[in-house]
Amino acid sequence: MADDPTPNDTAREAIHNPEAAPVPDVPADEVAAAVLERFPGTVFHDSHGQPVVYVERASWHDVAEFLRDDQQFTQCVDVTVVDHLHDSTRLAVAGVAPERFEVVANFLSHPRNRRIRVIGQVAPSQTTIASITDLYPGVDFAEREAYDLLGVTFEGHPDLTRILLPDDWEGHPLRKDDFPARVPVTFKEDPGPR
Amino acid sequence: MSEEIVTSDPSVLRLEAQTDEGAQEMHPVQRELVLTGGLWPDESETTIVNMGPQHPSTHGVLRVMLELDGETVLRVKPVVGYLHTGMEKTAEELTYVQGATNVTRMDYVSPLSNELVWSMAVERLLDVEVPERAVWMRMLLVELNRMASHLLFQATNGMDIGALSMMIYGWREREEVLRLIEMFTGLRMNNNFIRPGGTAADLPDGWEAATLEVCDIVERGVRDYSELLNQNPIWMERLIGVGVITTEQAIGLSVTGPILRSTGFPWDLRKAAPYLAYDEVDFDVVYTQNGDCYDRFLIRLNEIHESVKIVRQCVERMPPGDYRLQDAKITPPPRARIDESMEALIHHFKLFTEGFKVPAGETYVAIESPRGEIGCYLVSDGTGKPARMHIRGPSFYNLQSAGPMAEGSLIADAVAIISSVDPILGEVDR
Repeated sequence: MADDPTPNDTAREAIHNPEAAPVPDVPADEVAAAVLERFPGTVFHDSHGQPVVYVERASWHDVAEFLRDDQQFTQCVDVTVVDHLHDSTRLAVAGVAPERFEVVANFLSHPRNRRIRVIGQVAPSQTTIASITDLYPGVDFAEREAYDLLGVTFEGHPDLTRILLPDDWEGHPLRKDDFPARVPVTFKEDPGPR
Repeated sequence: MSEEIVTSDPSVLRLEAQTDEGAQEMHPVQRELVLTGGLWPDESETTIVNMGPQHPSTHGVLRVMLELDGETVLRVKPVVGYLHTGMEKTAEELTYVQGATNVTRMDYVSPLSNELVWSMAVERLLDVEVPERAVWMRMLLVELNRMASHLLFQATNGMDIGALSMMIYGWREREEVLRLIEMFTGLRMNNNFIRPGGTAADLPDGWEAATLEVCDIVERGVRDYSELLNQNPIWMERLIGVGVITTEQAIGLSVTGPILRSTGFPWDLRKAAPYLAYDEVDFDVVYTQNGDCYDRFLIRLNEIHESVKIVRQCVERMPPGDYRLQDAKITPPPRARIDESMEALIHHFKLFTEGFKVPAGETYVAIESPRGEIGCYLVSDGTGKPARMHIRGPSFYNLQSAGPMAEGSLIADAVAIISSVDPILGEVDR
């Protein structure tokens, strides 16, 4: 089993050889197809039967607006951030240039009873993305939590302050290079704490 | 000043007393207020009052900042985080086998819902299906847990409104349900019973009779509560028309569960996107039209009836078979096999030391917990521990609706409104 290339390996290969990347077909999901048609540069991925679209960071707000106004996505269920600092074997999707942070938003359409997940890539050099609180007020707490724990700034959020941690906390503990519970220990005859 | 004016109108009394020359010395209250930073504010100023984090009606450690004008609430700001213990960070250090022990401590009033959503997320990444008996057992346990959770709501809601007998009754019936769950899982709370691949053990002997007995007790209890409260004029006066929210507001604020259903929108994931075997059992989605505190109380009360209905069907139709997946890579082998099979021993050892590896991928699974949509966003990088585990706690999102609902109401109603949101702070803060 270990010798056979998995779909993940094939996709990772495709990132390194863009010419060899398969041309993505029109996705089976109609919402994803509409998003792809409207926003070039968007990639569709079928994640265990759930439609996922990888969008460019600049079009994050526009995609949310498109989903709300044109596709009847009435509710943004959840917004969160994933830190992929150490994940060398992370899920690779053909056509997506992976960055350290992934901002993930789950949308739900009550009238159409369907969901879609939108993922944006955020580089550690500029950890900002547009806030969608003006479209979906319910993500207020979620964006504050993502800022608090992972340090991604949501531009345009009305009150982007820490929510779970104290205001004077330093660092963002859900980042992979942040060790909130670490206590430096000096061993006998050691040059310094480690 | 004349005696007639003073006795007929209290507001004139205050006005007269302030303008009266001798009033300064006669009013120690006024001097006390100077110490706390000025006189009592006039019409153009407001007061900030902190409620919590130790207030008994805040369900744990919720702190609410209320901006008041007299007794009217102008703004509400929930301040959370007092119970934050970094459980999502902890999840990254635990294997998939251990993960259920972590998530079960988030929403400690309905721990089995948390275990279920975690297990379903892991199973989807693994691409495995659990046996039919495990599906029905999970449904039985989750519905019993829903009963216990809503009974606890009846108790705490009654306590917050002032119906103190209700507190005793609610806890009493909840304890009966928890005793049954203890018989099934070994623990009253934080069960760690629903695990990736099925459940931890099979149902004990005599579970049918014990379950039906608890169903009868709970139904009798709910009938008593209805007689006690539904038409009680004090209860109705306190709750009807208080904390009104519309469907549009609720959806916009990402609100789910009983609060959304109280606005006349019958959205329940058990019907909308059936998981487990909810499409095979007969039950109704309870919803009302007014979106006030009384409706939310009624919905939770009647959902107990629906849960009893599902539990009775589970007892009737519990399929035979295995309670967990027989895949030695995911679930431990039966105890008897360990004594006679080297492979079984190795599998057992590997499973409890390293856990199992999950293929790289990401998924979001949502189910209907007693409080609304609970979701688990799980990211795997192909190792034995999740790269990221995020729980979308319904209380966390529902708490946002407390502000808009309480604005313009009286401070006493704010207590009723926070209570009707039914937040569990373990899940809000995680």
